Amino acid sequence: MTTKQKVIDVQNLKVDIGVPAGTLHAVSGISFHVNQGETLCIVGESGCGKSITALALMNLLPKKAKLTADKMELQGANMLAMNEAQFNTLRGDRMSMIFQDPMTSLNPVYRVGDQMEEVYIQHGKGGRKEAHERAIFLLDKVGITAAKSRLIQFPHQLSGGLRQRIMIAMMLMCDPALIIADEPTTALDVTIQAQILNTLHSLQKEFNTAMILITHDLGVVARVADQVAVMYAGKFVETGTAMEVFTQPTHPYTQGLMACIPTPGKAALNGGRLGSIPGIVPSLVGDMEGCLFRNRCASIRPECEVGAEIAMNTLGEGRGYRCIMSVEECAKQAQVQILSEAS
Amino acid sequence: MSTQTIAGAAQASGQYTTEFPLECRDVGRTFLVGKGFFSEKKTLRAVQNISLKVRRGEVLAVVGESGCGKTTLAKMLLGLLQPSSGEIFMEGMPINEVDIRQIARHVQPVFQDPYSSLNPRKTIESIVSLPLKVHNIGDAESQRKRVEEVLEMCEMPKRLVHSYPSQLSGGQRQRVAIARALVMKPEILVCDEPTSALDVSVQAHILNLLQDLRDELNLTYVFISHNLAVVEHLADTVAVMYLGRLIEYGPKDQIFNDPKHPYTRALLDSFLTPDPTQDVPEIAMGRGFPNPLDPPTGCAFHPRCARVMDVCSKVRPEQTTVNGIKLECHLYPPATQQAAE
Repeated sequence: MTTKQKVIDVQNLKVDIGVPAGTLHAVSGISFHVNQGETLCIVGESGCGKSITALALMNLLPKKAKLTADKMELQGANMLAMNEAQFNTLRGDRMSMIFQDPMTSLNPVYRVGDQMEEVYIQHGKGGRKEAHERAIFLLDKVGITAAKSRLIQFPHQLSGGLRQRIMIAMMLMCDPALIIADEPTTALDVTIQAQILNTLHSLQKEFNTAMILITHDLGVVARVADQVAVMYAGKFVETGTAMEVFTQPTHPYTQGLMACIPTPGKAALNGGRLGSIPGIVPSLVGDMEGCLFRNRCASIRPECEVGAEIAMNTLGEGRGYRCIMSVEECAKQAQVQILSEAS
Repeated sequence: MSTQTIAGAAQASGQYTTEFPLECRDVGRTFLVGKGFFSEKKTLRAVQNISLKVRRGEVLAVVGESGCGKTTLAKMLLGLLQPSSGEIFMEGMPINEVDIRQIARHVQPVFQDPYSSLNPRKTIESIVSLPLKVHNIGDAESQRKRVEEVLEMCEMPKRLVHSYPSQLSGGQRQRVAIARALVMKPEILVCDEPTSALDVSVQAHILNLLQDLRDELNLTYVFISHNLAVVEHLADTVAVMYLGRLIEYGPKDQIFNDPKHPYTRALLDSFLTPDPTQDVPEIAMGRGFPNPLDPPTGCAFHPRCARVMDVCSKVRPEQTTVNGIKLECHLYPPATQQAAE
């Protein structure tokens, strides 16, 4: 393979939800693409539209939500023109999703083997025998020993880590081109989290699958991501490779997020205090103008208050941030903030 | 001297120690678990032989995976569960000799989920003032003042006193939970995963608040968490639990810089620092958390241990002390203990 193939390509995706008070702009104009074998991490606080983005890609949005986009293609196929039946052939086959809570995403009254094989048979990949073999093969891949005896068990007989492994195996049954993982390890213990991430990461590389990983854990993002998109109030406020975003966080929100996480050695540096972002996420109902982060930003200027939304400053291929300050000003601001916190 | 408080009573009986407000001596707790109507009941040893001392003004962090007995230990420290063996001492007094009301004045909990730990049908004011009413402290006016004072201490805006929990954000609810715990002026707060349901930015606020309150009120914390980043940030002493046992216990710096027990090492390895130059770590640890109803023989950790030896599956390790750290591991037998000291 010479050039990397775009598995999913999304331009200007918007999701509006009608609520009694008006229109809630859950996702307002995000664009991204993911290449084969690469991982895009979408990171942000709760309520910023991460999960809605995932549901929009899978066409699983609630009825009252309205989706618009300039472009939404999965391996070149236009997803915007598809009907429900066509989506049904895509979901589970070309793209599959893994959710946060493995207990609620497995059906409690069916054996896990039946649930895994159903995906395979439903998509016409083969008969029951092949499905059974594929299930055993994949359970082995995700590191479950005695796969045969696991297949006849019910979800409640398995631990949280095992259930999540089964979800991963189930997701890979039809060898999908795109995996969407929505907080796959949040409900698990730290030791299990590392193991599950390891499994997910190595299988993704082995099968050369594209992955969109949604999380709020910056530790996970740093270790797994190729590309990172920091999401705030329905928009991407900073994008770049993991290295770029973590070594040179530019948008004040990204800088704030980085300052919030307790890391070894930080306690001694700042007199035991963590950096923090004041205020809360603004309401996304109604028309919006100016920068949506302005109420929580330390370096607010009059220009932030009015006018059209702040445009994305592109710094290079896939690298950009949404702020009126220049990169140098942003970097300087971060310095000032660290000094004032330390004093 | 008043015998109204535990400290007063302890002083009166001559058992008062200034240094350790909370102490566990060989504490254990078992539960009887029935699997079905006719089947025999089994004994679940949730907590076994735990001895620890909480120093005044320090933060003791209890870490471990889910199901290791952290919360059972917390409930015993709060006086909500009686230990089945061993004794807990509060200000030097055995806890079962102390009135539950006095324990409540002394130790207060902050729970994990601020969404389910506040009564949705009560206003913030009545939630925070309820302990004062139960204990008959002051008249209505002074209670109202105390509520205002404590809410201000927790950085809650005054206008929210008549709101309901559903109108607050997760971070604000956790502040209310902390305010409710502090309204009785306790000495010790037992925080059971206080930030694990919150976003990172909100978590940072709450951790800073806990830090400030500790400095201001000279509080002692027992901090239960599985988030090692938070523990590293806050704790002075760390107690690592595995399957109901205390397997490593000592000063934070020593445990984080030089973990001795293979389980502590695995825990620290699986803790993901936001460092893009590193990959997802390989955890050399078997997968299954053992069934606590049917624990492994010998050392409970041996089926998952990377450095397992023959003796591990047969004999339970005795507690030893290596450089001030209490350990239960065959890699550090009592013989090396003498060599190390």
